[in-house]
Amino acid sequence: MREALPPKERTKIPRQEMPERDACERAHDFGEVNLGFNAALAEHESQRCLTCVDPKCTRGCPVGVKVREVVELVLAGEYLKAGAKLREDNVLPAVTGRVCPQETQCEGACVLGKRFAPVAIGHIERFVADYERAAGAAGLPERAPATGKKVAIVGSGPAGLSCAGDLILRGHEVTVFEALHELGGVLVYGIPEFRLPKEIVRNEIDNMRRMGVNFETNVVIGKTITIDELLTEEGCQAVFVATGAGLPKFLNLPGEHLGGVYSANEFLTRVNLMRAYDAEHYDSPIYDCRNRSVAVIGGGNTAMDAVRSAVRLGAAQAMIVYRRGEQELPARQEEVHHAKSEGVQFLTLHNPLEFLGDDRGMLTGMRLQKMELGEPDESGRRRPAPIVGSEFVLPIDVAVVAVGSAANPLVQSTTPDLATNPWGYIVADPYSFRTSKQGVFAGGDIVSGAATVILAMGSGRKAAASIHEYLTTNAW
Amino acid sequence: MSMYPIVEARFLAPDVKWLAIEAPRIARKHQAGQFVIVRAHEHGERIPLTIAHASAKNGTVAIIVQGVGKTTKLINTLEAGDSLVDIVGPLGKPTEIENYGVVAVIGGGVGAAIAYPSAVALRQAGNAVLSIVGARTKQLVILENEMRAATSELFVMTDDGSYGEQGFVTHKLQQLIDERRIDRVLAIGPTTMMQAVAELTRPHGIPTIVSLNPIMVDGTGMCGGCRVLVGGENRFACVDGPEFDAHAVDFRSLIQRNRVYRQREQAALDKFHETHTCRLFTTPGSQ
Ligand SMILES: Cc1cc2nc3c(=O)[nH]c(=O)nc-3n(C[C@H](O)[C@H](O)[C@H](O)COP(=O)(O)OP(=O)(O)OC[C@H]3O[C@@H](n4cnc5c(N)ncnc54)[C@H](O)[C@@H]3O)c2cc1C
Repeated sequence: MREALPPKERTKIPRQEMPERDACERAHDFGEVNLGFNAALAEHESQRCLTCVDPKCTRGCPVGVKVREVVELVLAGEYLKAGAKLREDNVLPAVTGRVCPQETQCEGACVLGKRFAPVAIGHIERFVADYERAAGAAGLPERAPATGKKVAIVGSGPAGLSCAGDLILRGHEVTVFEALHELGGVLVYGIPEFRLPKEIVRNEIDNMRRMGVNFETNVVIGKTITIDELLTEEGCQAVFVATGAGLPKFLNLPGEHLGGVYSANEFLTRVNLMRAYDAEHYDSPIYDCRNRSVAVIGGGNTAMDAVRSAVRLGAAQAMIVYRRGEQELPARQEEVHHAKSEGVQFLTLHNPLEFLGDDRGMLTGMRLQKMELGEPDESGRRRPAPIVGSEFVLPIDVAVVAVGSAANPLVQSTTPDLATNPWGYIVADPYSFRTSKQGVFAGGDIVSGAATVILAMGSGRKAAASIHEYLTTNAW
Repeated sequence: MSMYPIVEARFLAPDVKWLAIEAPRIARKHQAGQFVIVRAHEHGERIPLTIAHASAKNGTVAIIVQGVGKTTKLINTLEAGDSLVDIVGPLGKPTEIENYGVVAVIGGGVGAAIAYPSAVALRQAGNAVLSIVGARTKQLVILENEMRAATSELFVMTDDGSYGEQGFVTHKLQQLIDERRIDRVLAIGPTTMMQAVAELTRPHGIPTIVSLNPIMVDGTGMCGGCRVLVGGENRFACVDGPEFDAHAVDFRSLIQRNRVYRQREQAALDKFHETHTCRLFTTPGSQ
């Protein structure tokens, strides 16, 4: 237990850096990159917190984690209590401690950040969650007496999981239906092992099982069971739809059907969910990246995950092709940084025009056009414009298209009375998460469009509160 | 972990096995033309297979597996009492069933058997169903009696003439088109066969539907691996198909895409053979 320092002294402590594995070593395997704080680092970093009376960090967090109280418990050496405090607001702290864009949320709001570096809240959160897990002592919160009400959750991503976690505590019977054979949504099929070990997701899901949540894999709602059947035959009083924004977008360029051209979803699913990187033990193939040139088109987190996976699969050259400038890259700074130190090349201000192939239909290259930045567009980012006569052919063997995703239509297409917007996302009230159909709620990416883990969790929580109210009052 | 028991397993022909699996929810929902995705073991790949039969009463669905790659050969070593780790479905859109008049249902190889539920549904909708079944040789003609019962007329074609008539299914189809009125064609089988059927019916303007079998991972629209060009547009076979208007399908890119992993598959198969020789090469009769 440390003495609290006077504020002035606290600001003098530099922000503690996250220890990470050496880039040369980590670029050859799928082991985790960041190593995590130890207790000394966590305490040291916690000392920097100004323990504001009105903590801005909590307001910056989509689920309102009581950061100050967590930090104070860490300072007191009460790591398990800090974990329990985290779990009051966040069912997946070991996950969010790793993948949240803290710089735009809690840390972005940190008062210290105005003049100094913000408190490394994400790193502290991760430390507490990992400590809890290592101790095998995640304190499970207490369950309210059984209500006899039954809720179905569609999709086991962060939105579905957090909703399930809250509803089970309120005494309802909860079943999560998942289309895939593994639980976790993007956390298991999208985000790679080196950023988020699957073991962590499994562990969190095991905790939820111990709390009493039922999980059913291999059930595609809309196909295997419809929403209407959930509400009638399956005896559920409410349904929460959290099916994500899983449909990949393509560029619709000539040659996109060539062998060796993947959507980021397919590439990452093969690598993560189907473990294609471990060809010795798993059967799902991926086009061999060893000693080849791999280009990933796009500049978001998904693109960074794909290109860094390609590095680890042994690519001789791994490149990001992005039509705007480096400043405009939507990926987190940390990801861009990591990618660069692992040898990824950035072809910013390059726009693909066409994929080229051989007579066997295999990709051989990509025709690119150089771009320059013009005036800002509606999004505030400077609009890229082609430079005339700058076209050239980049020889590549594998291309991964990571230019965003769209709404998965399976539930909507078999639930005609569920209102959707023109892009196919489900329309839900922003406060109650109610849809146009009685008893059906929706949240996460399937309502907001592709967003973040923590926003999905936030909507899951709020939806849980709203579902609870509906189940208690029966008023729609 | 969920497990799906196999309740019936028998070889229909060498390397072609019929497996009925306990999956009551899928059985209840199945409509002709839909498929499932299965995984044989914890480290296995996900592979799509058309549902050949479903019994809501018994809570089972049947698939017909032709052992061509590592996974299908492995599945074909399974017996009643064994299980699959995963089966999910029914996926894809069902065959569009209406009373079209005279429908020719064409099945090549295992396609003949998986066309069976659609043939039955078409017949029930009032169509006169002609079916043409093609196989390399007599031994590989499967479910002939069932097909015969489901159709008004059945024509068997073998490449080597060892049974039925000698020739390809397209020879018979050409002959039928010349002789009589055909209102619609449904073709299920190897991609090259479906392409040949499409080319044959195109000049006659006979609406032709094919059931495509591209590479697929999740089967729910998430990976986009099964994208095919249909009428110049990207369509996903798993959610928009698997059946499409044959005259709009770009077969060339489909055939090429299906070859992408061939080398890897061959290597996996060779390795599989090294370890499984004894069980695989027993004759079907002894199973
Ligand atoms: C590669 C990648 C990297 C990312 N990195 C980050 C990051 O670092 N930080 C961050 O905050 N966010 C990140 N995101 C975004 C984040 O993962 C998503 O915003 C979040 O997972 C959305 O959660 P969700 O619960 O709404 O949906 P999802 O996580 O998409 O889960 C939906 C689940 O529903 C299932 N499902 C779909 N349809 C059905 C059906 N009909 N029946 C049953 N189940 C169904 C799906 O299989 C899936 O498991 C990333 C996304 C990707 C793709």
